[in-house]
Amino acid sequence: MAISAEYKDADGVLEGKDLEGVRRRLLEKYPPKVARKRDKQIVVNRVGEDGSVPVVMSNVRTVPGLISQRGCCYAGCKGVVLGPTRDIVNITHGPVGCGFYSWLTRRNQTDPDSSPDGHNFMTYCFTTDMQDEEIIFGGEKKLRLAIQEAYDNFKPKAIAVFSTCPVGLIGDDVHAVCREMKEKLGINVFGFSCEGYKGVSQSAGHHIANNGIFTHVVGTDDAVPEGDFKINLLGEYNIGGDAFEIERIFEACGLTLVATYSGNSSIEHFARSHTADLNLIMCHRSINYVAEMMETKFGLPWIKVNFIGAAATAKSLRKIAAYFDDPALSERVEAVIAAELPAVEAEAAAVRPRTEGKRAMLFVGGSRAHHYQELFAELGMKTLSAGYEFAHRDDYEGRRVLPDIKVDADSRNIQELEVHPDPERYRPRVDAQRAETLAAKGVDFADYAGMMPEMPAGALVIDDISHHETEKMIALFKPDIFCAGIKEKYVIQKHGIPLKQLHSYDYGGPYAGFKGAINFYQEIDRMVNSRVWGYLKAPWQKNPELAAKYAFE
Amino acid sequence: MRKVAIYGKGGIGKSTTTQNTVAGLAEMGKKVMVVGCDPKGDSTRLLLGGLAQRTVLDTLREEGEDVDLADVRKEGFGGCLCTESGGPEPGVGCAGRGIITSINLLEQLGAYAESEALDYVFYDVLGDVVCGGFAMPIREGKAQEIYIVVSGEMMAMYAANNICKGIVKFAEAGGVRLGGLICNSRNVDNEVQMIEALADRLGTQMIHFVPRDNMVQRAEINRKTVIDFDPAHNQADEYRALARKIDGNEMKVIPKPMNIDELEKLLIDYGIAN
Repeated sequence: MAISAEYKDADGVLEGKDLEGVRRRLLEKYPPKVARKRDKQIVVNRVGEDGSVPVVMSNVRTVPGLISQRGCCYAGCKGVVLGPTRDIVNITHGPVGCGFYSWLTRRNQTDPDSSPDGHNFMTYCFTTDMQDEEIIFGGEKKLRLAIQEAYDNFKPKAIAVFSTCPVGLIGDDVHAVCREMKEKLGINVFGFSCEGYKGVSQSAGHHIANNGIFTHVVGTDDAVPEGDFKINLLGEYNIGGDAFEIERIFEACGLTLVATYSGNSSIEHFARSHTADLNLIMCHRSINYVAEMMETKFGLPWIKVNFIGAAATAKSLRKIAAYFDDPALSERVEAVIAAELPAVEAEAAAVRPRTEGKRAMLFVGGSRAHHYQELFAELGMKTLSAGYEFAHRDDYEGRRVLPDIKVDADSRNIQELEVHPDPERYRPRVDAQRAETLAAKGVDFADYAGMMPEMPAGALVIDDISHHETEKMIALFKPDIFCAGIKEKYVIQKHGIPLKQLHSYDYGGPYAGFKGAINFYQEIDRMVNSRVWGYLKAPWQKNPELAAKYAFE
Repeated sequence: MRKVAIYGKGGIGKSTTTQNTVAGLAEMGKKVMVVGCDPKGDSTRLLLGGLAQRTVLDTLREEGEDVDLADVRKEGFGGCLCTESGGPEPGVGCAGRGIITSINLLEQLGAYAESEALDYVFYDVLGDVVCGGFAMPIREGKAQEIYIVVSGEMMAMYAANNICKGIVKFAEAGGVRLGGLICNSRNVDNEVQMIEALADRLGTQMIHFVPRDNMVQRAEINRKTVIDFDPAHNQADEYRALARKIDGNEMKVIPKPMNIDELEKLLIDYGIAN
């Protein structure tokens, strides 16, 4: 990446500030026990000769009392992974709030016209609306009725049920109800034990969603789609139309997209996704489980890609072409890149004089805080500090640390499926020898280098950043833009710093691929150069702060 | 109005002891309400002459919001008032939450109002303090006075000690106190001495020793309390004595639960070793 060169600071100093001093400032207000824990989650990046980076404690419980960005297991399962699929009726089994507040708030888009039946249930919100009565007497009966009602009204191909906290507490057997209704209705009905309290963040929900979709859907249709170079795109959720842009590029390149998990997706795509020849992973954290399991069971390998940033998009496309090793495909990919890049470069050149040297902070997701550094680098901006909400060590440090990750009790609570090669359908797509040849060409199978090796030394990496630390970082560095989510947006904007939501993209997007890069350049130019923030004054900045002394006679 | 809750190990005889004691109090002219907090809904059958009560939760389910006190409260032996919380079938839902809902509803309906002129409310609670719901009667001062039914059997004493831990937890916030241990005899060796020693160590008293008598079972088969079934029987006098002692009880304490080692030592000293 280009950003390494942008950093002129000496090791251990960021913008003239001693980094150990910065860390101390972030931690000094915490009680000793809290500070000890946070100390291991706030790390100054250093990249060794061999690409090794410091350890970041992550995927651990948030200290109670700290205001965290994190979401819950249910949110990860339903909201992130399964939510963007248009033709599954997703029923939230729980009190109404869980369903209502997870009602398509992420701006996942979909194109129902691309399915023959035109089904699209994403705009609906389904919930069993548990009341006192269901809590006391059990909610299975109401769940059965809800599934029946959803079926009667919509005749969907599949219904999925998501458990909220009380369901786990009172012990409703969601899976038994789903089995029974599947039998009765003759459609696919499956449930998720994704109670909000499970795990330490939404990451647990992603894993549970992966397990469920793999168990109940993947491989249920062996029809092989037509087309050459069959691929799946995993961990792309079509926020603001990202998947549409990537689909456009794939089509131009002559790649056949079998399934996207799960932006602009249909359950039928998942059902036959095992017939593809390569899995591409965008968001490593939320979806690597399905890729791993598909490789074990069906023999299709996966590679990490990134379509955020024009250069990253080009690089990813070339990696795919290298995998298929077909001259015609390579030629077409090169032609697409050559056709698309000039417009992107022209826009970057136009914007760059206004964005060059501006500074960003990104605290979002389990991959986005990494991917978006590409786009900022293309704008000549530097990322002072970044961190994930719910990532694990491999997302920070790379999969090379996987054997060293200590599996704690919280992770053990999330089921790890035992997967074996399918006796009939296991078909390794590449043999050992070819894998070696491809690896030499840069097709790094089943690997993710992580965020930190691609970040410059001296950048601050902060896992599960707290509100207190956010405010401190803003006070210390006054970044030109901050990237996070809706929960952070207005607090940060009150500091006079624009916030770009990277969960929902605010009202914009797509930002993926070539056209997306152009959109992003324009959006960031608009945000970091807006004069509105200069006019914003807090009341205490406009008027002298009220001061008083004790009076005595 | 004195608000009394009866706790103890499952099967120890809480419901039987409660109802027989309530019969004694009723005979003394006291106005008593019994709130059964067991999902089985069998805490008032001896006072009502059978399982005749519609539970609060069933009524709430069937009638919706429009529930009247008369729908869920029946008059039993000696003019005592009987209600049953009810709850889900075993293995389903959350019985604890049911008890919370039920007691709140009874309060809203005015079952505890001044106008009812109650002398006593008795809560008969299922088993051990298993979760927050079952602790409801001792939370927020719903019950002020606890009696633990116990016997000389080891597990009953373990349970009594455990319940004391629950009482301590709520004693400061809700003002609940332990009134004493009721020994419902199982004819264990040294039972009186052992329970007296247990009471002493917990900082409370053995308020009464109820001897074992088949008359209790005979009355139960006839869906009656002993006082109702055979008023002249010795066992009826035992329950009258217990009722009198509770009525006159002044000793209400925050118990001092023991650790397991102490408890086992007590069992060895008074039980197995002798």
